[in-house]
Amino acid sequence: MKPSLFDYVAPRSVDEAVGLLKEDSGAMILAGGQSLIPAMNMRLASPSRLIDIQNIPGLSHITIGNGKIAVGAMARHREVELHDGVAAANPVLRAALGHVAHIPIRNRGTVVGSLCHADAAAEMPMILVLTGGSVQVAGSDGGREIAAQDFFQFHMTTSRQPDEMVVEAHFPALPPGAGFAFEEFTRRHGDYAIAAAGCILTRNGAGAVATVALAACGVSSKPLRLAAAEQILAGSRLTAADIKAAGDAACAAVTAPGDMHATAGYRKHLFATLVRRAVERAAARAQ
Amino acid sequence: MARGKIKPKLPQSSDDPRVSVKLTVNGEEVTREVSVRMLLSDFLRHELGLTGTHVGCEHGICGACTIVMDGKAARSCLTFAVQASGREIRTIESLADPDGTLHPLQQAFQDCHGLQCGYCTPGMIMNILSHLESDTEIDLSDAGVREILAGNLCRCTGYQNIISAVRRAADHMAPKAGQE
Repeated sequence: MKPSLFDYVAPRSVDEAVGLLKEDSGAMILAGGQSLIPAMNMRLASPSRLIDIQNIPGLSHITIGNGKIAVGAMARHREVELHDGVAAANPVLRAALGHVAHIPIRNRGTVVGSLCHADAAAEMPMILVLTGGSVQVAGSDGGREIAAQDFFQFHMTTSRQPDEMVVEAHFPALPPGAGFAFEEFTRRHGDYAIAAAGCILTRNGAGAVATVALAACGVSSKPLRLAAAEQILAGSRLTAADIKAAGDAACAAVTAPGDMHATAGYRKHLFATLVRRAVERAAARAQ
Repeated sequence: MARGKIKPKLPQSSDDPRVSVKLTVNGEEVTREVSVRMLLSDFLRHELGLTGTHVGCEHGICGACTIVMDGKAARSCLTFAVQASGREIRTIESLADPDGTLHPLQQAFQDCHGLQCGYCTPGMIMNILSHLESDTEIDLSDAGVREILAGNLCRCTGYQNIISAVRRAADHMAPKAGQE
């Protein structure tokens, strides 16, 4: 339960960090370390070099403006969770953060680190997909913005190139009057989701659905938007039949095989229920 | 060295590099030259002899190694010593007075029978302490206290008496209690 040998370097700028990444394909970025260090302790990860970014100035910001929340690469989960501006602009982000491990882990772990780790059952990647957010990367050929849908490729795999570093995540603010919900089921508080569903929904003057976004984690090899269920709900008056149909359609997205926590059949059943609850709760909150 | 012959494939540059760390532990400044892969939990125990910080799972599940870093609870097994350089650490050894008088939180654990084997207790106490000392108001309902304790496993007590201890300590430590 001790990490294997590695080199350690603590650069003072993003450019320096990117240069170090380019130099060594086995290098990894160390931010909060709350996913990486356990993986290293168990020797599931053996980076040749850790690039500790905690001393790089200008990466700990949480700023709200231009209709989005920008979260710097060193901003800790707990700082984002307790940020009043975040809760006002995008309450679903705070709701999901309450499910990320435990407070001592959230005190150290970073939101961007969780996105880069890209566990298919993790909350933050799902919220980035649900809100239609993006990440900003810095690379040796300059920077680029990667949309959430393109960023997450597979369990623990993103489209970040080896010589690129994610410097900021962008979570769009919720539309005015939008209702939201985050519904997760775990065996114990703080565990990764067996299944979770998120919903953002706006209603028109007649009470029908104007816009809806639904996303999932824990049910597939990456966080997903639930397009089929979204289509069923578009324009719906949210009858029990429509909500049930959305839940049923969503469970077709469940491709995770059975594991020690849940059989495939149980996970589908559970997920359909979570989707229905998320839609009902978001609808009740929508103005 | 013989070691190089045993592990010929290891890159030379990765031969356990060392780094100087300087941090404040329980109010005292300490400087040590340590391996970059030394965990903070091992640094506290092996380098400083502060064995009150316990090591359980070493992957962030059990919470036995919880310490307070810059006023916030953190897992010392999920932090490299080098990451703690320049920071202020508090461990369980900082709580009781030199004459042995227990801290109100420790006293509350004793009074409420909040421990049996005691292995999880230092981590429990440091985690709870960070909440009792923070500016944020604590939710002392069952659900609120259980959320605070959620990251610390205890295999003996069933938690009920630990929850009582949190409430008792919060009563004792709140300077403005009864004045609202």
